[in-house]
Amino acid sequence: MAQKTPGLVSRYGADTAFMSFVAFLMAFLYIPIWVLIAFSFNDSRSLTWPLSGFTLDWYRKLWSNSDLIAAIGNSFYVATLATVVTLAVGVPAAMVLHKFDFPGKSVFRRLILLPITLPGIVTGISMLNMFKLMGFPLSLETVILGHATALLGVVVTQVYARLQRLQPSLEEAAFDLGASPWRSFIDITLPNIRSAIIGAGLLSFVLSFDEIPVTFFLTGRDNTLPMYIYSTMRRGVTPEINAVGTIIVLLSLILIVVAVIATRERKK
Amino acid sequence: MASIIQLENISKHYSPTIIGVDDVSLTVEDGEFVTLLGPSGCGKSTLLRMIGGFEEPTAGAIRLADKDVTFDPPYKREVNMVFQDYALFPHMTIGENVAYGLKTFKLDKDTVRTRVKDALMLVGLYDKLNQRPQQLSGGQRQRIALARAIVRRPKVLLLDEPLSALDAKLREQMQIELKHLHEKVGITFIMVTHDQTEALVMSDRVVVMDNGRIAQEGRPQDLYDHPASPYVANFIGTTSFLPGKVSALSGEVATIAAGGTQITAHPNAKLGEGATVTVGVRPEKVKLLAEGEAADNVFEGTISEVIYYGLGLRISVTLADGSKIDADTLLPDKLSHSTLPQSGAPVRLGVAAHNVFVFEGTVTP
Repeated sequence: MAQKTPGLVSRYGADTAFMSFVAFLMAFLYIPIWVLIAFSFNDSRSLTWPLSGFTLDWYRKLWSNSDLIAAIGNSFYVATLATVVTLAVGVPAAMVLHKFDFPGKSVFRRLILLPITLPGIVTGISMLNMFKLMGFPLSLETVILGHATALLGVVVTQVYARLQRLQPSLEEAAFDLGASPWRSFIDITLPNIRSAIIGAGLLSFVLSFDEIPVTFFLTGRDNTLPMYIYSTMRRGVTPEINAVGTIIVLLSLILIVVAVIATRERKK
Repeated sequence: MASIIQLENISKHYSPTIIGVDDVSLTVEDGEFVTLLGPSGCGKSTLLRMIGGFEEPTAGAIRLADKDVTFDPPYKREVNMVFQDYALFPHMTIGENVAYGLKTFKLDKDTVRTRVKDALMLVGLYDKLNQRPQQLSGGQRQRIALARAIVRRPKVLLLDEPLSALDAKLREQMQIELKHLHEKVGITFIMVTHDQTEALVMSDRVVVMDNGRIAQEGRPQDLYDHPASPYVANFIGTTSFLPGKVSALSGEVATIAAGGTQITAHPNAKLGEGATVTVGVRPEKVKLLAEGEAADNVFEGTISEVIYYGLGLRISVTLADGSKIDADTLLPDKLSHSTLPQSGAPVRLGVAAHNVFVFEGTVTP
């Protein structure tokens, strides 16, 4: 009587296969990060298995490395301002795309997306040429402009997509109820695209934070964190870098939590 | 009664060939319930949106209480709209939604609270004050949309297919409710619909639109009993059309050859002898004649189809000249198959002369 039907067996098999696949995928994604974290607390300079002992030395060293601290500071400065600039340009651009029909609109829409599809190297070189031509000295500010340009597409696509999903009648209803276009934007449109703006902003911040190619061409004497890490790699991966990596993982986790809280749709 | 809305030769041409609304003039009296009726694409919604200020006419003028508002934006007009999809703000509670329209009036908090409460009481949903639109059913959202528009006490309330998103039973119920609401608040209502029943049930006056123009306007019963064109006759109620030719005229009475016989009718328009006409007859005005029974006009033919629809039967009859005519009949008390009309049987149909519509020309509706 305890005969299993073939359907049940194959379903069990499929479930197992699926679970193994998921487990494999998660391992593939997260084992390197765990390795990084583990070695950041390891008291040996060489990155070899097995771990030899626990230490916080690398974190202490990190604090006394003024170049590294400066690079982290620069990265925050660049990522924050690049996000602000790209939002300040991208959100109005998405509004214009959504609201107005003008000749060449589809061309404009594609052009605005071009910087994300272009390799960073192309964006970097072309902006370098432009700044040189205009006689702009290279600095963190030119990096900010470069990042803002490269990330514009991210903001515009996200915000534009959300605007497209918004019922057009909502804005008309606000007008109908006495709201001027500006009031209706503040009261009705903005709250409904808020999560898209926050999401796009966070994504821009993260992408700018670890951007190398554009930064490589556009930075002056100052270094951002990824550039600093890249330059120290000539001497091999040091446990100090692992410590920085661990801190970034931690910050990213915090950022994700913030993003989830900020963009959470109200409970239905 | 004073007129509240005057449309003077309003046109909306999107391009020389694409015409939304074509030279429409209409006056709406204060407190009236007017319905713009027509199939989709006839310009009724465009006309309503121009009254609301969401679109600008390319020609003509709109007056609201004797003030020219043709190019005023919606937020400067004392009209409010109930949108087809209700357009309730999803990020606000019901109370905030209804109160939103009072913001521009700069009222004190207590007045706002009282007016929001009154409006929600009026539609019977005050208990939903702190809920969100997503938590309500379609019918409830519809009522909130009404409350949100009425709370501003507009001069005119515009309703864009307000019941089209509701299911059939609820729609019937809301038709009556809207009618009662109109009587209670005394605001002028202008509604757009493609549903003739809705128009007939609710409105004081119906404006039938066709291709951007007004085909006919009048009280529901006038439109029903005296349609000006085959288009109106066919859009409001059901009508069978027969091709005919005027064979004799004497005063108000015309004798017309149609459906393989000579019939008498009282045409509205002046017709000449020998004119080609189209005769229209409503199925419910056609009587199945018993043997020996007489009528003003008698058609003879064979039953081609019998359709049962609960309340009665619709009998399709093919006449001697090949044209078709429908007749509605109520079911007899005692249903017995032998007395029911059978397909293929010969039949005599009677129509009173005053129930025959006569339209000029040939029509293929």
